[in-house]
Amino acid sequence: MNKETENLRKEIVRISGVNPVKCMRCGKCSATCPAYDEMEYHPHQFVYMVESGDIEPLLNSKSLYQCLTCFACVDRCPRGVEPAKLVEAVRLAAVRKQGANHLKADDIPALLDEDLPQQAIVSAFRKYSK
Amino acid sequence: MKVTYFPGCTLRTKAKDLDMYARRCAEKLGVTLEEPKDWQCCGGVFTTARDEIATKLSSVRALKAAKDKEQMLVTVCSACHNVIKQTNHAMQTDADFAFRVNNYLGEDEAYHGETKVLHYLELLRDVVGFDKVKEAVVNSLAGKKIAAYYGCLLLRPSNVMKMDDSENPSIIEDLIRAIGADPVVYPYRNECCGGYIALENPESAKAKSSKVTKSAAGHGAELIVTACPLCKYNLEKNGSEIPVVYFTELLAEALGVKEEDNE
Repeated sequence: MNKETENLRKEIVRISGVNPVKCMRCGKCSATCPAYDEMEYHPHQFVYMVESGDIEPLLNSKSLYQCLTCFACVDRCPRGVEPAKLVEAVRLAAVRKQGANHLKADDIPALLDEDLPQQAIVSAFRKYSK
Repeated sequence: MKVTYFPGCTLRTKAKDLDMYARRCAEKLGVTLEEPKDWQCCGGVFTTARDEIATKLSSVRALKAAKDKEQMLVTVCSACHNVIKQTNHAMQTDADFAFRVNNYLGEDEAYHGETKVLHYLELLRDVVGFDKVKEAVVNSLAGKKIAAYYGCLLLRPSNVMKMDDSENPSIIEDLIRAIGADPVVYPYRNECCGGYIALENPESAKAKSSKVTKSAAGHGAELIVTACPLCKYNLEKNGSEIPVVYFTELLAEALGVKEEDNE
């Protein structure tokens, strides 16, 4: 692991508060994830890929934007690893870069329908953009 | 009694019914909901990253406003409740986070999570009491088969939310019983509707929501109740064969305050 990757790994672990080494690879997080079918990398893969420093593929993956923040993996992990917090930290490492917002204000009008609650828009912005 | 009440952005716009019926029912049950001055949107989802404070300040301000009035803070929207309760937990347990928030806010008195945060359902169960709700019923909904949809945000993460057993909850079913109806228990009641993915990928939200509504209808429910505007949107938008209503509307019907004059 080069120095830059090691720093990124430390930062992700620090801001998520997750210790990926605790994972015993049972796969329950992925088994319970409602977004599993839409993900290229699944919650359990986030855990071991961050642990081993294989973070670049995650930063560039659409999987970052499929997590629904339902906290099912957080609640059901038998080891208290809380994978969603790791997914969020990797997503932030991606969208906090200048110009890297996944959702832009100009995108919104085309995505709206008249019944959509405001809650959906503010939530998506909070997750996808900085 | 008086409690501080945080309505949230959507209850001012697309979910006015959720708010209006919550207020009417609370008054009927002897609770006055008081809004904090100048509250701001909670942001819809809690950012779990520990280094972010800006996205959590509106919650801390609402919590602090309740503390200043020595009141508990009550929310009715599942999302607001989740964000505010998780923020309060972080203020209680993460000293570094609390230090940076208090440093930024610059209030005379630091806030460390002293305010008690209750969802409206918990207000009914733990403060008013479901027995008192039952006594206040004027239109019994006897015989009506109703499915509670919890979704994610009321229950999880359970070590913070502490509302109910996150895998086998009963708080909404107990409310349904209190107003005379029959609760329908079904497997998908605490699974995700898709949430905000509806914005970017409506097909994905449809797959998740239709599992919920088919499961509820398949178990004999005539009606689904929810506390969350986005859950309601997703379930309705994706072809629920049975109506989806806010639990406060159902309660208002039972308490006889649904048909009061709309101002």
